[in-house]
Formats: sequence, structure tokens, C-alpha cells
Amino acid sequence: MSLPQRQTDIGPPHFKQFLPPVIQKNYGKWVAHEELDAGTMVHRAESGDEIYTVRAATARLISTDTIREYSDIADKYCDGYLRFTSRNNVEFLVSDKSKVDPLKKELKDRGYTVGGIGPRISNVVHTQGWVHCHSAATDASGLVKAMMDELYDYFTTKELPNKVRLAVACCVNMCGAVHCSDIAIVAMHTRIPNIDHDRVFKICETPTVIASCPTRAISPDPAKKSVKINADKCMYCGNCFTVCPALDIKDPERDGVAIVVGGKVGSLRSNPKFSKLVIPFISNEPPRWPKAVAAIKHIVEVYAQNARKHERVGEWVERIGWERFFKLTGIDFTWQSIDDFTFMRETLRTSPSFKW
Amino acid sequence: MKKYETPLLDELEKGPWPSFVTEMKKAAIKSEIANDELGQLEHSYKTKVGYWKHGGIVGVLGYGSGVIGRYSDLPEQFPGVAHFHTVRINQPSGWFYTSKALREICDIWDKYGSGLTNMHGSTGDIILLGTKTENLEAIFAEYSSRGWDLGGSGSAMRTPSCCVGPGRCDYTNYDTLEACYQATQEFQDELHRPAFAYKFKIKFSGCACDCVASIARADMSVIGTWKGPILVDQAAVKAYEKNGMNINAEIINMCPTNCMTYDGKELKIDNSECNRCMHCIAKMNKALKPSGERGATILIGSKAPIVVGSMLSAVVVPFMKMEPPFTEFKEFVRKVWEWWDEHAKPRERIGEVIEAKGMRSFLEAIGVAPVPQQIKEPRRDPFVFFGPDDIQNIKDKEAEEKKTGKWKF
Repeated sequence: MSLPQRQTDIGPPHFKQFLPPVIQKNYGKWVAHEELDAGTMVHRAESGDEIYTVRAATARLISTDTIREYSDIADKYCDGYLRFTSRNNVEFLVSDKSKVDPLKKELKDRGYTVGGIGPRISNVVHTQGWVHCHSAATDASGLVKAMMDELYDYFTTKELPNKVRLAVACCVNMCGAVHCSDIAIVAMHTRIPNIDHDRVFKICETPTVIASCPTRAISPDPAKKSVKINADKCMYCGNCFTVCPALDIKDPERDGVAIVVGGKVGSLRSNPKFSKLVIPFISNEPPRWPKAVAAIKHIVEVYAQNARKHERVGEWVERIGWERFFKLTGIDFTWQSIDDFTFMRETLRTSPSFKW
Repeated sequence: MKKYETPLLDELEKGPWPSFVTEMKKAAIKSEIANDELGQLEHSYKTKVGYWKHGGIVGVLGYGSGVIGRYSDLPEQFPGVAHFHTVRINQPSGWFYTSKALREICDIWDKYGSGLTNMHGSTGDIILLGTKTENLEAIFAEYSSRGWDLGGSGSAMRTPSCCVGPGRCDYTNYDTLEACYQATQEFQDELHRPAFAYKFKIKFSGCACDCVASIARADMSVIGTWKGPILVDQAAVKAYEKNGMNINAEIINMCPTNCMTYDGKELKIDNSECNRCMHCIAKMNKALKPSGERGATILIGSKAPIVVGSMLSAVVVPFMKMEPPFTEFKEFVRKVWEWWDEHAKPRERIGEVIEAKGMRSFLEAIGVAPVPQQIKEPRRDPFVFFGPDDIQNIKDKEAEEKKTGKWKF
């Protein structure tokens, strides 16, 4: 079988060829938009031209068959034009207004989940988990599926005070914006690595392993031609495991998930914020992680009941104070929520003004 | 093909949200790789640990990035995933496609891989999940001959990404799609051949809504902004009010700088006090529009928590024009890399190097002057470093004051 001639350093195809004619014509000339319902919006250009967008959730981990199905649908209603969003949704770009409703009907008939626009929960940014990653402390796809089954109405219909951005990271590497999400799950290892001394010697570079530790818990063990780990200093980040596979940190019973709250990336009203740890550990319970899912849903509901219109989760909590957040949610405040690492100084309260 | 019982994963086919398990099963009908992937995942669900080894060094000739090597820890039990490498394909700006392009991507992938994808990965690439080492050159020849190239991985510039921008958004302040495309083209070598201390991500957002989370997830965040006043269409403001918006509660009182007023007749903005946060514009896009000079704020240094804590990007250049061919931007990127390259230890992101060496050292090296827009507040501690010229410059200023009789603080 002969292969076509390879090319290098060509970069991605230019996007212009993938833009529908109405976008090419009105490129950069959009003047307003309107959210028509949870899954539909219209953008209007200076010329008066309009483009309709119908958004549906994807599972992110999708098969080529499903992508072909998106393509068939796009051919039928959108002259073949579609796009994906930064949060794993597929968007059908409809130039002909009369095709919007038939498209929505077909999506509904095929069982698609249409929504995610406006003050709602959009699709979840997440990582690979057990599907594909060596450092995963949980499975991200499964958590997302279980969570979004529970929060389904907040994608398709129900409104919240503002949008709520959820994320799941399967380890503290956080290949997703977990550290700046409204509510997010981050999986953690909670014990020090097991050292396979024979393999350390064979497959790892000792100086690199020692240098990889942010708390200087790793030191040489000359007798064993290996390394040793100071258990009092190790905070289970797994960075050493990434550079040295002989330091296995996975543990079926001690790996679990934490819940973090109150982050955002936009600068609207208030500056971007980090997510903060409110529940330090929930055991991994595949296939549906019932406690983690219940915790997320509970926090969404307390936010929905208490926040003012347009307040993001982090803005609401900052207004009422974290002491009030713990009271309203009934979440136990534990040692783990007090920072004892790099952010301690700026996260302690330095005023006697607080709420009971 | 071996048939796996998957009672645990089957639970994740229940419920209304799209199921990745259903997707894996679809692919498993046609592909042994996908089938064994399903089997291994079920095993993980049973034992509650993953079974992937660390990435090995695999790739295509002439490139050092774009393929993530992945091998199963249980190759005898699940031979189809003995190799399960990921191929990253550089997405088009804004994730726009035609059905024809998507089918082309699918056809090639079905021929050589598992048929499983992520649309898209966290950085933005099309992720093709699961193939064998011997297929990599063929995959690359098939894709590149049709105009697709690989994305970044390892200690390289990672695939840049951008928001939808002028393609379909009335907020954007510069052409994010074209800027992303041109940056990707300009830095092909840095993308494909890892030569840095660690990864470097660039993300382009058209406004402060930051739909690609650049401020949290990019070493260089390019966020659109403007310099002129916000133009107000008073009739449109009224229309929002008529449709039930409480203008004072939802807009005026939520403005972080208190620079707006509304008396029921006219909405007024003291534009000199506006910090361009986007709240009012995003809530009343039909009534309020930015105007005047457009460009971007360049912020540097964000990253996830590994290893000493998360960082957000910090303002370095408050305003840069962002117009094709983006010459100033491209030169700026090279200057930033040069300094980073010189000072970074292995696996040190630029934000961490700035923290270690000091913002001054960085700004001086790239030729950017200190301005208050770069900081939230001035330093708190008195341990001030004075360079060779600093005191002399102050003395010169004082001599000038003696001459003119006027203080110059």
C-alpha cells in the first residue's frame, strides 16, 4: 500500500475555508446577539444578516461514527457547517432561519442534549482519567457522566443566577481549568509513593527525582542506590511519579476526590479567582460516584437559592463570606481547608470582622 | 474479537446525558483497539486504579511532539491496547469545520486507529485516542498530505487556541482566529520540535469574558480590550428595562468601578473610570458597545497547581495593537522565550521563572517599562533592590528640582 507524500510544518488548515458564507460575508461585523432559549442563539451583523446557533452536548470522548452523524446533520440543516466549543459542545451553524426548528426537532428525536447557553451549566471541561492517563487518581469521564445526569435540567432548561462552570481533573496536574472553575472535582492521591528500589536504580535519574519534589521530601538512599521519602513532608502531589515510574502512588482505597468551589476566569464584575477546597476527600465510588455527585448538586442548589442575579458562585461566596458558605451548605470545615502550603499567608483571615 | 462483560460501565449508559461508554462501544464494534480499551477500562472500574504506563518516546520522523506514547500495564490481558498512543491534530482556529473535513479526519482515523477521539483536548487539539507505533508514519502522511498537521506536546510551544472571535461574536476586540492561525504558522518549529525547558501555551481571547480561559491556562494570555468610550444606545437600554431588566440592580449596582448611573431616562457612563470588565456589555449587548482603538492586553504566567501552586497570568503589556501580520506580537513572543530559555530550570514554566528571578529582571530583559497597570498594589515589604543606575536617576531628578524649584515625585 503506497502512502501519500507527507508534508511537514504546514500548520493547521486556514479556518476561513470552514466558515459558512454568511460568516465570511459578515466576518468581524457582528453587532448583537440574543439567547433565544437554552440551546439556541442568534447573532446579527451590521448588514442585518443573521446566523443561528444550536448547541448540543457531546460526551467529549466520542467515536468517529458520532462525528459522522454530526456531519450528516450539518449537511441537512447547515450546508455542512458546524463547530465545537471550548467546553466540548457541538454547535450547528444555521444560516437559514426556517431550518432552526426542524434541526432542533431532529436533534431531540435523535436523543441529543440541546442546551448549555445562558445562565446555566454548560458541558464539563475534564481530563482523561483511567481512559488514557498514567497519573489518574479517578476516572474523569465517568464522574462527568454521573454528575451531568443529575444536573441535566440545568443544561437543558433551568436557569441559575449566572452560568456555573464545572470541571473534573483526574489528578492534581489539572489538565483542565479546575483551578478556576465555579465548582470542580479534583482527584487526589493521599499516601506517599511506594518505592520499587530495584526499578529506581534501573529506570530513573536520581537527581531529577529529588529535584521534582516541591517539599524536598526526597533524598538519596546510597545504601540501596535509590531514594527515600520523608513521610512528614510528602503531600502526595505525584510529581516524582511523573518523572520516575518506580515511585507508584496509586492506591485503590486511598485515591479519591476533593471538591473545590468559587473560581472563575472572566473579569466581569470581579477579577478571575482560584477555586478553593471545601470538601477534602470523598472515596472513589465507580461507576457513579454517588457522594461526589450529591455534593456537587447540593452546592449548586444552595447557590441557586442564595445568590443574587448575575453573581457567580465565587462572587456570592465572597459577598456572604466563607464562614457563611460552610454554614449554609452544612459542609464540615476541616483542617484540610486551611492552606499550609504556598498560599497560607494570603488566605488566613487578618481581621476580627466575621460572621457567627 | 473478544467480547467483554462491562457491568460497571453499563451503568454509565443509563441516564439522559451523552454517554462516553456508548461511544466506546460504537467504536469497539469496528476496532480491536477500542474493544480492548473498553475491557481495560471496565477492569479499572472494578479495581479502582488505572493501568497506563508512562508515555514512551514515540513520534514521527523529524518531529519531537504531537504523539503521546501510551502503553498498557496489562498487555497480555488486553493486547489491543498494548500500544495506545494519542495523536494530536492541530485544530483549525475557533474549532470551525465542514462536514467534509470531519469525514476526512474520521476516515483516516478509522483506518489506522481506534475510532475514538476527543473533540477536543483541553489545550484545543483534535485528540485521536489509541493507535500503534507502526501506524504513526502512515497516519502522519495521510493527514499532512491533506493539509492537517500535528499539534504540540512535551517541552514545546503547545498548540495555540482561541475563542470564536470575529467568526461569530460581537464582543471581540481583535481577530483572534487570524492571530491564532498566524502565531501557529510562525512558530511551527517551536511547536513540533521541543526545545524549551517545559511547555508554553498561548491562548487568544477577544475580550475579558475569556472563553478559552487564557488567564488561567496559558503561559501567554492575549485578551482583547479597547481604549475608547462605551457607546450607549438609550432606546435599547429602555427596551431592556421594558423586558424586565432592573437596570439599577443588575447593571449600575454591579459595576465594579461605580462609573455608571441610570435615572430611568438616561444611562450615563464615566468612561475614564471604567475598567472594561465587560459586565454591562455582556448583559446589555444590544445597548452598549466599546469604541475607539482596539487591541489586547498581554498577560503572562498562568498554570495549574503542579508544583508549587496555581498561578494566574499577570499583566505585562497593558495594550498592544493586534493586527495582521502581528509583527509586534511575534517579536514579543520571541523576546519572552529568549529570556525564559536563558533562565529556566528543567520543567519550569515561565510564571515560575518570573517568580524566582523577579518581574523587574523579566521586564527589563524584554524592554517593557514599569507601569501601575501591571500590579494590583505596590510592594508591601521594604527590601528594595536598587540597581547601579537607580539612585543616580533619583539624584539627577533632585538636581533638576533644585534648578527649576519644582518638585518632581
